Amino acid sequence: MLPPAQRTGNLEIINHAMVREVTEKDGTATGVSYINKKDRREYRVRANVVVLAASACESARLLLNSKSSNFPDGMANSSGMVGKYLMDTTGTSMAGVFPQLMDTPAHNEDGVGGMHLYIPWWLDNRKLDFPRGYHVELWGGRGMPAYGFMGGIQNYNALFQDRPTGGGGYGQQLKEDYRRFYGSIVGFSGRGEGIAYEDNYCEIDPDVVDEWGIPVLRFHYNWSEHEYLQVKHMQDTFEQIIDELGGVPLWDKPGKEDGYGITAPGQIIHEVGVTRMGNNPDSSVLNKNCQAHDVNNLFVVDGGPFVSQPHKNPTWTILALSMRASEYIVDQKNKGNL
Amino acid sequence: MSTDKKKISRREAIKTLSLGTLAGGYLITACDPAPEQPFGGKLSAKELEKWKTQFFTDHEYETVRVLANMIIPADDRSGNAEQAGVPDFIDFMMLDRPEIQTPMRGGLQWLDAQCNRLFGNSFIDCSEQERREMLDEIAYPEQASSEMLPGVRFFNRMRDLTASGFWSSKIGIEDIQYLGNRATNWNGCPEKALKHIGVSYD
Repeated sequence: MLPPAQRTGNLEIINHAMVREVTEKDGTATGVSYINKKDRREYRVRANVVVLAASACESARLLLNSKSSNFPDGMANSSGMVGKYLMDTTGTSMAGVFPQLMDTPAHNEDGVGGMHLYIPWWLDNRKLDFPRGYHVELWGGRGMPAYGFMGGIQNYNALFQDRPTGGGGYGQQLKEDYRRFYGSIVGFSGRGEGIAYEDNYCEIDPDVVDEWGIPVLRFHYNWSEHEYLQVKHMQDTFEQIIDELGGVPLWDKPGKEDGYGITAPGQIIHEVGVTRMGNNPDSSVLNKNCQAHDVNNLFVVDGGPFVSQPHKNPTWTILALSMRASEYIVDQKNKGNL
Repeated sequence: MSTDKKKISRREAIKTLSLGTLAGGYLITACDPAPEQPFGGKLSAKELEKWKTQFFTDHEYETVRVLANMIIPADDRSGNAEQAGVPDFIDFMMLDRPEIQTPMRGGLQWLDAQCNRLFGNSFIDCSEQERREMLDEIAYPEQASSEMLPGVRFFNRMRDLTASGFWSSKIGIEDIQYLGNRATNWNGCPEKALKHIGVSYD
């Protein structure tokens, strides 16, 4: 996106700028103030329109830190919704060893992990005990040997072989095992939609600042029964696939006490929500054009405007929303509304 | 064919398995070309100096060398761990991953203590036969007795480090026949590989 913008000659990029807050006058945004990380001094940029794209939580942090008499609870936050409805994708994984993939003739399998295979959502929720869905990413193959290569081989190198000693070992037999099992593991990673809840939120931690003196966020997030049942379904599915293919799972299926192996909120790094869009200014921060209800010339175009989290990687949706917002800004400029 | 499923804890498995796949993931997502760095560029000059002068004591280093060669010996297809530079690699990893310094150092010491108890010698001063007897006690987790558990844990780590160093080396990559990361004319999965799993494009 940046090179075409640079070619207009109207773009200036300021590196090493840590924005502290959005400045305002009479309820209208006037620009931002930032700390130059090189000299640690504070600078201001004046603007007619301010567009935040700092990544969802960081944009929420900026708004919450932009307090003034006009915005006592943070800028664009008359609804109290800035920071609320934080979402991340759910996740859980399983891997199996497959005897039919052992001793496979050598060939180039680059790309098998993460690129060549993908299982989109395929079921009907009316027959399930959880809403929404998930997809499965597959990994494995004869990947490039690197640090950690075939680590933990003692857990599986006795499988499918007559080996009274069990797994592990050393010497010639072990060396052969590495060759035989190379590329025989397939992993399954489920990625699902987490439901939006007002109770999952970030807020300014009143006690802690970062090294630039800017107050940081703290997070409150719990998975609900929906997400737990969803990842349980993922694990049951992985187990079934591995079993029907004649493989052996590499570890025990995580049970309820382990949350069915669900990732910690934030671990899939799809944080979205927190400056949600909506038609009602009482329950949303932005309108459908990513424009703040409270501040006419303020926009947020990262993952913040999302009202749901459709388990896909969010970047394309972010790009689509920011393109719509950009066209709207140009249109409003031309009409003299901004 | 063995059907019993030897299971490990999920946490353990993810820790060991994810190393390789995650590293691949990071390579794919890294948009910025990495600045050119000298070997060990992440380390401070002081740490690098320390590495050059060897992290392990000479005795520890020799123990690592002997162990690595027992784990991956030479055969008609490739050389041994030492020829792939594994002892140096493991020595370097002690600085790259400081959290494994104590388990490794402690494990080596534990090994010597056991060998002294059993054979009256440190591991490297034992005979070939005695060394094998010792490793047989700790190299097979399902069979090991409970008092050998610290050794099992150490040897699992030593085996993994040796494998990382060996198979990622030039001779290791040639041996295991990793054929990716090179210019290629991709014509799909080759016939012989398809045949191996009993499928075809038709």
